[in-house]
Amino acid sequence: MPIIITMPALSPTMTEGTLAKWLMKEGDAVNSGDMLAEIETDKATMEVEAIDEGILARILVAEGTEGVAVNAPIAILLEAGEDASALDNAVPATAPTAPAPAAPAAPAPVAPVTPISAPAATLAATPASATATGARILVSPLARRMAAQAGLDLAVIKGSGPRGRIVKADIEAAIAGGATGVPRGAAIATAAPAAAAAPSQGASPFEGEFELQPLSTMRKTIARRMSESKREAPHFYLTMDCELDALLALRKDLNARADGAFKLSVNDLVIKAAAVALMKVPDANVGYGDEGIRRYKTADISVAVASARGLITPVIRNANGKGLEAISREMRELAQKANDGKLMPEEYLGGSFSVSNLGMYGVKQFDAVINIPQACILAVGAGEQRPVVKDGALAIATVMSVTLSVDHRAVDGAIGARFLAAFRSLIEAPMTMLL
Amino acid sequence: MAAQSKDLAKDPAKALAFDLVVVGGGPGGYVAAIRAAQLGLDVALVEREHLGGICLNWGCIPTKALLRSAEVFHLARTADQYGLKIKEIEIDLSAIVQRSRKIAKQLNRGVGHLLKKNKVEVLTGHGRLLGKGRLAVEVDGAAVMEVGAKHIILATGARARDLPGMEADGKQIWNYRHALLADTIPENLLVVGSGAIGIEFASFFNTLGSNVTVVEVLDRVLPVEDEEISALARKAFEKLGMRLLTGVQVRGLEKAAAGITASLELQDGKTEAITVDRVIMAVGIVGNVEELGLEKTKAKIDRTHVLVDQWLATDEPGLYAIGDLAGPPWLAHKASHEGVICVEKIAGVADVHPLNVMNVPGCTYCQPQIASVGLTEAAARAGGHKVRIGRFPFIGNGKAIALGDPEGMIKTVFDETSGELLGAHMIGPEVTELIQGFAVARSLESTEAELLHTIFPHPTLSEAMHESVLDAMGRGIHF
Repeated sequence: MPIIITMPALSPTMTEGTLAKWLMKEGDAVNSGDMLAEIETDKATMEVEAIDEGILARILVAEGTEGVAVNAPIAILLEAGEDASALDNAVPATAPTAPAPAAPAAPAPVAPVTPISAPAATLAATPASATATGARILVSPLARRMAAQAGLDLAVIKGSGPRGRIVKADIEAAIAGGATGVPRGAAIATAAPAAAAAPSQGASPFEGEFELQPLSTMRKTIARRMSESKREAPHFYLTMDCELDALLALRKDLNARADGAFKLSVNDLVIKAAAVALMKVPDANVGYGDEGIRRYKTADISVAVASARGLITPVIRNANGKGLEAISREMRELAQKANDGKLMPEEYLGGSFSVSNLGMYGVKQFDAVINIPQACILAVGAGEQRPVVKDGALAIATVMSVTLSVDHRAVDGAIGARFLAAFRSLIEAPMTMLL
Repeated sequence: MAAQSKDLAKDPAKALAFDLVVVGGGPGGYVAAIRAAQLGLDVALVEREHLGGICLNWGCIPTKALLRSAEVFHLARTADQYGLKIKEIEIDLSAIVQRSRKIAKQLNRGVGHLLKKNKVEVLTGHGRLLGKGRLAVEVDGAAVMEVGAKHIILATGARARDLPGMEADGKQIWNYRHALLADTIPENLLVVGSGAIGIEFASFFNTLGSNVTVVEVLDRVLPVEDEEISALARKAFEKLGMRLLTGVQVRGLEKAAAGITASLELQDGKTEAITVDRVIMAVGIVGNVEELGLEKTKAKIDRTHVLVDQWLATDEPGLYAIGDLAGPPWLAHKASHEGVICVEKIAGVADVHPLNVMNVPGCTYCQPQIASVGLTEAAARAGGHKVRIGRFPFIGNGKAIALGDPEGMIKTVFDETSGELLGAHMIGPEVTELIQGFAVARSLESTEAELLHTIFPHPTLSEAMHESVLDAMGRGIHF
């Protein structure tokens, strides 16, 4: 029996991905463990490993195809002794998403070098119709368009039509229920005519020329998650100044003793301080869900990393229990992987609290968007020399402004303030982190 | 028809209790009964006159039979246009009527077989509610049996409305029922009312040679249709020799041996008297709410209709009303669909959906035919929709030209924002057969995109549907 290789789900949230690159070509012998292809998910680029052995007989999805649904067939392996004619029945028989026309197209033996383009095209054309588990969402064409115009995620809407099909009334109910996304006017102005319009044409005749860059899966995820956060989570912001001189002195001292074995950054110390502060104020180490407040047991710090592909937040797990050296090493590795697009799901999913540091760019202070379901994110500004008043006299200190963005559904103002106070005292007396 | 009631007598205790009793064997009632039987309910159907109801015996079907005769006559008369010479054509009215009756009879028997096949107990007689889920079956005013049921569906339909002083007498003043048994082709005919029924009879007698005048109290003919279609229909009827008076009230009818004279009050307040041989009254219908024992229940009546909720339930627990009895639109297919909804809800079927009136197509089988579904342009605009309108005339359709019937057009109404097909309106050849395409589209909640991507076979009249959608998007190819 030919073996169908399907699009793997590389993370629990993955519904589709881009088949970035084939690492083997048709006719190649495949051994278990060989790398077959690179898949770009919503977060990273990963390799698909072969489980079975055989000949890579047919590639069903071409390189660069976007929006390939999880579990969609991407290639066929022939086992030893099987010839190409075995392929004829393979695609329609075992591929759940292969379209019907593929069946009559296959009666004559097809040379293995000829890719079937139809399945690839069809898969690419049906991007949004799958849930996280890969199941198809039944939705009427009108409901699909109305949801798109209102910025609604079909996966969260319950269908009332035949066999649970999402129909117009369900979208209207969702909109009436306050689940609107994008401002309606803007979307509507271009809606119906846009279907026929050229893709790069601007909304207004007065808009300057531009080149339309297709949304990468990562960009789509950032867009979806950020708007979801701003839409769902009522943010409030608390800002505090921390004096850094003691921390900088400690860092210098430790780095001098490291003898090149490690080099702590200010951010490593901020991560550690945040983790210890969370243990002191566990009410801030929480996430919000409709089912209840998730009170995390360890401080798993998601650290925002600006990779070449976009924002991603690898996680330093159990940062409260890790030494500075370990945090520093782990952070460096994760940042490198993020840049290469090689982060594994377990390296960027989860996390109980986020830190975003733009100090290295000279940003004095900023407000970050909460990384839901986490309730808090700490936005860290640059450490800079500022005039301060000490004991009634003007003095100079290295000061860093930090702003905590808080999801008020889960955390109240006083708790946020207590966290910040704990964080500041750790930063200003860094030796206490070691206690 | 009383055959089954004998069997009932053998074991009255068992047989006289049902899960469901349906009162009325028309397209609402018999469909409800069969669907209920399919769902495993023990069902009885009470019918006082004939299975199939008005639709099959005195409405939809026999009129279509008559209109087919008129159409064949029309074709024969215009045969020279098709390169054929037919020297003598003679109208045999009694044969035309006989054919119509035969077809009605055939279908009436068919309904009987269907009910039998589905093990629906047919009880012949008049059903009268006794309250608390009990019902008497009466023959000639006397109760012949009493049945009990967990659920009772009233599907007693409607009858022609009479205007005071202008009651149909079957001689000079006809209603649809008299007209179906016409013994003469009136030389001069007045049709009061320009809804589907009035227009179909006007069309029939006009084709057979009557001088037909249609009066309508509203300002246009076929007033429920889209205004543009209504105007095109008027033009087409006038071209065929009909006289159409709109905004006209009939003040009185005076019968005399020489003819019947109608006093008309015209739109401008002037009066006109016209004398004709026959008058057909087609001024709407009234629901058959009387003599049903409704006063023994909590069910409410609004004029001649029983008030129901979206699941066709009345205020009396276990009592339902469907079809014409439950209100407009007065259409057989609406009644059937309500019957299915009502029964499925009773049986606890998952995924039952209330009737969406916007998805109920309407057809008028005049010459030219008229069909529509959804909102008219005016209703769509009044409802706050920004609309896109598509139009395609049959003169641009190859099949229509080949048929020698290229008059009419197809109009589509879309919501500009969502692309929803809000309505479709047609006048022209065989449009009553075409409208279901747009009804399916409405039911599936299609937008213009799915319709644009649908491949319509060539050469067919249906291509005009596609072109209408193309036109709405500014993409028409053939006109």
